Amino acid sequence: MRHETRRLILLLLPAGIVFAAFFLLPMARLFFIGGSGKTGWAAYAAILTDSLYLDSLLSTMAVAAATTAATLVISGISGVFLQRHKFPGNALLVSMLTFPLAFPGVVIGFMVIMLAGRQGLIGQVTQALTGEKLVFAYTIAGLFMGYVYFSIPRTILTVMAAAEKLDPKLEEAARSLGASPWRVLLDVIIPGLKPAFISAGAICFATAVGAFGTAFTLAAKINVLPMVIYTEFTLSANIAMAAALSFVLGIVTWLVLAVARTAAGSSVAAAG
Amino acid sequence: MTDAGNKPVSIALTNCSKTFPDGTRALEPLDLAIHAGETVVFLGPSGCGKTTTLRIIAGLEEPDAGGKVLFDGTDVTHLPIEQRNVGMVFQSYALFPNMTVAGNIGYGLKIRKVPGAQIKARVSEMLAMMQITRLADRRIDQLSGGQRQRVALARAIAVRPRALLLDEPLTALDAKLRDTLRLEIDSLLRSLGITAIYVTHDQAEAMALGDRIVVMEHGRVAQIGKPRDIYQRPATRFVAEFIGTMNRLTGSMNNGRFICKAGGIAWPEAPANATEILFRPEDIRVVEGDETTGLQGKVAAAFFLGDRTRLFVDVGEAQPLVIESTARRDFSHGDPVGLAIDPRGLLVL
Amino acid sequence: MKRRGLFYLQLGFTLLVCAFLVVPVFLSIMAGLTVNYFVGIESGLTLRWVMEVWNGYRDTIFLSIGLSLACLAVTLVIGVPAAYVLAKRQTALTRALEEMLVLPVAVPGLATALALIVTYGSLSGFRTSWAFILVGHVLFTLPFMVRSVLAVLSAIDLKTLEEGAASLGAGFWSRFRDIVLPNCRQGILAGSLMVVTLSMGEFNMTWLLHTPFTKTLPVGLADAYASLRLEVGSAYTLVFFLMIMPLLLALQAFAKPRPTKFVAEDAE
Ligand SMILES: Nc1ncnc2c1ncn2[C@@H]1O[C@H](COP(=O)(O)OP(=O)(O)O)[C@@H](O)[C@H]1O
Ligand SMILES: [Mg+2]
Repeated sequence: MRHETRRLILLLLPAGIVFAAFFLLPMARLFFIGGSGKTGWAAYAAILTDSLYLDSLLSTMAVAAATTAATLVISGISGVFLQRHKFPGNALLVSMLTFPLAFPGVVIGFMVIMLAGRQGLIGQVTQALTGEKLVFAYTIAGLFMGYVYFSIPRTILTVMAAAEKLDPKLEEAARSLGASPWRVLLDVIIPGLKPAFISAGAICFATAVGAFGTAFTLAAKINVLPMVIYTEFTLSANIAMAAALSFVLGIVTWLVLAVARTAAGSSVAAAG
Repeated sequence: MTDAGNKPVSIALTNCSKTFPDGTRALEPLDLAIHAGETVVFLGPSGCGKTTTLRIIAGLEEPDAGGKVLFDGTDVTHLPIEQRNVGMVFQSYALFPNMTVAGNIGYGLKIRKVPGAQIKARVSEMLAMMQITRLADRRIDQLSGGQRQRVALARAIAVRPRALLLDEPLTALDAKLRDTLRLEIDSLLRSLGITAIYVTHDQAEAMALGDRIVVMEHGRVAQIGKPRDIYQRPATRFVAEFIGTMNRLTGSMNNGRFICKAGGIAWPEAPANATEILFRPEDIRVVEGDETTGLQGKVAAAFFLGDRTRLFVDVGEAQPLVIESTARRDFSHGDPVGLAIDPRGLLVL
Repeated sequence: MKRRGLFYLQLGFTLLVCAFLVVPVFLSIMAGLTVNYFVGIESGLTLRWVMEVWNGYRDTIFLSIGLSLACLAVTLVIGVPAAYVLAKRQTALTRALEEMLVLPVAVPGLATALALIVTYGSLSGFRTSWAFILVGHVLFTLPFMVRSVLAVLSAIDLKTLEEGAASLGAGFWSRFRDIVLPNCRQGILAGSLMVVTLSMGEFNMTWLLHTPFTKTLPVGLADAYASLRLEVGSAYTLVFFLMIMPLLLALQAFAKPRPTKFVAEDAE
């Protein structure tokens, strides 16, 4: 037994060393650097006291919350539908919906530009229809659209997996007791999918809070926290502030995931 | 490895107790000697420590400090299982899903670096012996429960182990298959002449297979003996009631007779202060015709089983007596019956 | 009849969602192959933009492929053994370790990258080499490898299988090679696909970690989007799609539920 423990430690060691040297140590250093700027440890409070940072924190949270809500509604409807109804073409639809699963944020930003940018489809269509060109890719609405685009594939997969495990007998029982489809939805389907919704929602939220690529592609003018951090770091060379803000951002996303995991009672796999 | 195989080993446990890291005391200090070549069955209810004892013998667990495991007198307490050369059959079979049937059976030989041709020959031999030759190239998930059990047995004995350890090998199978395989295992163990330890909670299995049975209760050995001894002369109440069916009457001795609510039983050589007597269903019978006995009861339930009738007879005790009657008679609820007990079958515990 | 109506309503909605996801991909592919996207398809089709990307950004493509393979190698070597240990010992300590390993995914890439820069940025040889980016990618992808292997290992009765092998004489390393690795190959495969795909597309960290000499494909994409004409950006995106398409298709095959295995009935 003791031999075995030694061997197991040996097997865990490489991952442990890499992790400690390149994540734990740097994170600790980041934390101290965050407190080493002109304002000292107050940098950590600045996110709440400085209106510039507070505004960006609030708009980050708002766009993340909106993304989460929209993604859950969209993926909930389509995911349950695709799991319940097997018709010719079903598999193709599922493939198309999950195809952008691993598009990086920059590419998603570009997809938003293709749709809602200056030469985008929406602009062309609205110009033809109303004479007015609708362009919103470079605003927070465009960012919202990009995050929803990013989150739909993985959320649909989660919802479909959970819907598959729902016991159709429960639904039949509810029907046989005279429940309307609406009541069945409220009383059986949604409660059954709740853990999946919580965990998928947490991931939507966390990625929307921390993502950078999409905002970067769309514009530097969108005032979300990752963009502010980037600006502090590169343009203002205010490394301490950038460190403090990113440390706080890290804590927030980690907390969201941790709380969701406790609430969902199952493991929430975080995703990039 | 010689072709004659390894000689069966004698196994001794001395002062082996086991406390798990979470504080569970699975085994009280236990001494046990198993002779070379015999089949010993560990029998007891679930959770009594059978598996733990077997795992200590196998080398999958170490006993608490002070405990010793000896193979042929050599201390192997700290030798891990892979160096003990014991064959093991697990309740869940533990067959390797990444290998075929033949791959599973040959794995132990491969580990021992036996030449390929020899492995092939031995695997064919084992396949033929277990009558599963046609399954050789199947994957494990394409086998039925009974077939898996045969592969597990073949795999364990292919390496000619010094002892064969089986942990509830038949429990996962359905009743009919269990009977067939029990017979096969019995003849297999006898033909191999191997030291075998067989764990089960099924007393019928234990009686059929064991040269000796170790009855366990709450991490302790309750009795060790031949099946017949254990059945006829149980050492404790627990053993008496765990194995077979036991009837019970309460009362007191009076003048060479045991007096209870239902009447009296003549019992000359009774211990003086018996207040409770135990006996097996086969030691009591329903009297025919007008033969008179001192014992009366009323039929509480009767189940016709074809060759006999199982009666539950109310005699004013907490539990009705169980009686197997071969009388060609239709018993119905409430029938008064006269009962006769063979005093040679009476026990006081 | 109400039920049919509901069905078509949901189907219509789902088709709309599909269009939302697929149309921009299609548009961008078109744009990458059109002479002048603003004029439209009438201006003609061309491979000129693709060639321009190939000539200007070839290096980023090769660097990304190299990086993702190196990342795969590292996550295999350190992640699979780690997953095995976590599957084998389920104590409070290993659960905490598992939790910690996921942190680089939960924490925004920007934060991790900044942390790496403030800690190791002064080691100039390291800072300017692609190994600096590799470190970030390994941190980010390692949890996916570990989780994917761990999921498979937790689903099988690893302990009993290993005990079975040990009873046949197999020592620790033989068991690891003959029993553990073959039985988690599904997880290793799925994890590998995930690692390569994610490493190819990683931008959040890489944008801060890269130097002018270590530009990866997504970094090049961001460059192209920001400074070049739409057609070039589109052509570049097209190249990226072509590279990750096989990976995505393979990943999808894994995401689908597998059919339950056939078990023969008892024939005895
Ligand atoms: N690894 C373990 N950790 C803690 N307790 C255990 C462990 N294995 C068995 N036990 C406990 O030890 C007792 C004996 O178990 P076991 O030997 O498996 O019983 P049996 O095989 O007779 O059913 C039980 O109470 C069981 O819960
Ligand atoms: Mg047991």
